[in-house]
Amino acid sequence: MIQLNVNGKPQRADVDPDTPLLWTLRDSLLLTGTKFGCGAGLCGACTVHVDGQPTRSCITPVSSVAGKKITTIEAVDNSRVGKAVQEAWRKLDVVQCGYCQSGQIMSAVGLLKTKKNPTDADIDAAMAGNLCRCGTYVRIRAAIHEAARALA
Amino acid sequence: MTQAIHNLSRRHFLEGSAGLTLGLALPAFAAKGAKTVTAAGSAAAFEPTPFLSIGADNSVTVISKHLEMGQGTYTGLATIVAEELDAAWAQVRVDGAPADAKRYNNLAFGPMQGTGGSTAMANSWEQLRQTGAVARAMLVAAAAKRWNVPAAEISVRDGVVSHAASKRKATFGELAEAAAAEAVPATVPLKDPKDFRLVGKHAPRKDSFAKTNGTAQFTQDVHLPGMLVAVVAHPPRFGGKVKSFDASKTKAIKGVVDVVAIPGGVAVLAKDTWSAKKGRDALSVEWDDSAAFKLGSEEIFVRYHELAQTPGLIARKDGDGDAALAGAAKVVKASYDFPYLAHAAMEPLNCVVQFTGDSLEVWNGEQFQTVDQANLAALFGLPPEKVSIHMLYAGGSFGRRACKDSDYVKEAASIVKAAGTRAPVKMVWLREDDTKGGYYRPQFHHAMEAALNADGSIRAWRHRLVGQSIAKGSPFEGFMIKDGVDGLSVEGAATLPYGIPNLQVELHTPSDITVPVLWWRSVGSTHTAYSTETFLDRLAAESKQDPVALRLKLLDKHPRHAGVLRLAAEKAGWGTPLAKGKPGERRGRGVAVHESFHSYVAQVAEVTVQADGSLRVDRVVTAVDCGVAINPDVIRAQVEGSVGFALSAALHGEITLKDGVVEQGNFGEYAPIRINEMPKTEVYIVPSAEKPTGIGEPAVPPVAPAVANAIAAATGKWLTRLPFRSDELKA
Repeated sequence: MIQLNVNGKPQRADVDPDTPLLWTLRDSLLLTGTKFGCGAGLCGACTVHVDGQPTRSCITPVSSVAGKKITTIEAVDNSRVGKAVQEAWRKLDVVQCGYCQSGQIMSAVGLLKTKKNPTDADIDAAMAGNLCRCGTYVRIRAAIHEAARALA
Repeated sequence: MTQAIHNLSRRHFLEGSAGLTLGLALPAFAAKGAKTVTAAGSAAAFEPTPFLSIGADNSVTVISKHLEMGQGTYTGLATIVAEELDAAWAQVRVDGAPADAKRYNNLAFGPMQGTGGSTAMANSWEQLRQTGAVARAMLVAAAAKRWNVPAAEISVRDGVVSHAASKRKATFGELAEAAAAEAVPATVPLKDPKDFRLVGKHAPRKDSFAKTNGTAQFTQDVHLPGMLVAVVAHPPRFGGKVKSFDASKTKAIKGVVDVVAIPGGVAVLAKDTWSAKKGRDALSVEWDDSAAFKLGSEEIFVRYHELAQTPGLIARKDGDGDAALAGAAKVVKASYDFPYLAHAAMEPLNCVVQFTGDSLEVWNGEQFQTVDQANLAALFGLPPEKVSIHMLYAGGSFGRRACKDSDYVKEAASIVKAAGTRAPVKMVWLREDDTKGGYYRPQFHHAMEAALNADGSIRAWRHRLVGQSIAKGSPFEGFMIKDGVDGLSVEGAATLPYGIPNLQVELHTPSDITVPVLWWRSVGSTHTAYSTETFLDRLAAESKQDPVALRLKLLDKHPRHAGVLRLAAEKAGWGTPLAKGKPGERRGRGVAVHESFHSYVAQVAEVTVQADGSLRVDRVVTAVDCGVAINPDVIRAQVEGSVGFALSAALHGEITLKDGVVEQGNFGEYAPIRINEMPKTEVYIVPSAEKPTGIGEPAVPPVAPAVANAIAAATGKWLTRLPFRSDELKA
């Protein structure tokens, strides 16, 4: 049994220690907003925050995050930055199929927490680990700028 | 455990949660025959057509017969209904239709329900305008009766029905029950387009909210009581079979419940995904490759190149191309190679199936209801109506979820059948399964020849294509294959709009190449737009003509092609000097125009090529004519996304086989573009009163040829092999 702190709540999961955080969140805790895309840390769809740091949950053994603060898309609006990013995403209608967008939003929040006014180059650097097959990149860039303006 | 399901079939609705979102308390899936419940959770008071239900709570629920896979259908279809209904956009919700070809067939497909071919808006436009107008008329009739005033004096705006003279007002919800008692009018007037308040304006996406807070429900997210997860070991070669397997290590893994052989491999069923994956990885399977496909991509190309030396079946013949080429003073030749391409949607393929003893229930990002229903019914010996399908959001598809053979859906059902279980089973393909799973855009070879007259005019054009047929073996075979020519192989080539007196298009369809192939966003145009539009630019260069001017000259009978071409050229600053790059950088601008799915798209691309051959696409300007622009922002989004999707294929996309084994697995080897490779995009929509046509696909085809033409302008090199290779572009 592994003790976790997810979205501010203590949780227990009966999984093997090598189970990726992704599958613990999705299959044990039924927090399905965090997505499975590649299982290899290549697409970013599974991005969550571990102690505030964007982290690929699909290659993170759950045992390595016991006791750490995990935030998923379901609670992203608990922070001011998270809420601003979510609202910018809605204002600009960034999503298409939407499957990658939880991860995109978590990465964008991570960026804006460290850089208040990112340039396009900053955005490209921070977001290059998040694939979007629908090609919503133009709006992702615009929405991050929009969120930065809203937070200023 | 309960969870909100946002886009399940309304027919399987038991009770909604309080509040705004459409809620479903599990295990309510079993509540068949429950009364329709509207988005906010109250019983539907008024269902004038199968596409609309209005609740006493004032909710307006549009029933979408089409899959929302990112292309904005839910928003577009709701826009049409809300427009004629005069609903307030905020009160409108969208729910996915159940599988029922009688009520929900795609009018472009015939008696078949499904989403594809960029047909959602085109086939629904009249149908949903009628739905909205009928409902509006019945609400007005109910109000007229209640207030005892003439219907003609009643107006409707933003979901409120009012009678100005008597200052009476009512919401749709207040009138819904009474409206349901009114006779359905046989004919209703539709709005004059000048009165549109939503169509052509900005109606925000209906799926933005749920897709930004983790609540949108994809197939991957389905959890049902007692559900098992299955991960499958597939044969390494297409057509391979299981000879024997040893599951002893698998069965020792905690969580693994069962291991079963199925026609397409060996499935491990477990209590959760990770255990199923571990179990699958621990399997030892011996494969029987005796009937498997064993050629490699290069060997396939060698065969195709040989075939291209001989005449193919005629797909189009104007004048006499062969004779005109034979007697020509100047002949230009080029040949092109296109690889297999995987769809690689972000949500790897998956499907949930439950067998109840006399029926099947399916949860899926469902794109091809009637075909899947028939195939699953056959597998279980059930009548098709005993297969019910919940259409969930799809995490992309690009054609893959509309599989002519129902491959992955059938695989999920085969697992249920082989395991003999009544538990719901969620089959999950891992990324590598998805990439290696076949049903690719077919590998193609094109050989082209053209003859130029002394004045630069094109005297003859011969286009020979070699590649597998997609329609063969599909339900569309009968009307897509004519005289041996699959229309999906030659679309865009046989429909070349340019005025050329001797024009011949020929096709070879090798039947012994058995790699599974399928439609891939924009289908035949994925390769025909490339060869035709880059070859035309070559001819322009050979005859020293401006590529836009030459096209316009050849398009005098095709005003919509010419219209988008002029607009894109103007907005891109065609003819003006391109800003110089840094020292050593070569820059160029290129154009392409193409019609697909009855929509017309022109694009102008600007590129920078470095000395080492590496390439950056800086800007893509698009002009599109897709008839009435129902939702301009969705159109812009589809074009932006198409640019990214097409560039992924042009810059990186390639599925290759070696001895019949697919060489790519995860996103490391099959890499869509990332944000740093996305160019600036500009989208311009031609104002039009023509009926709306597609936008999900038509902006894909011209991207790669526009970029290739820009590369040629920058470097003088014509790239004829996809994806582009930087070693061909070294200074």
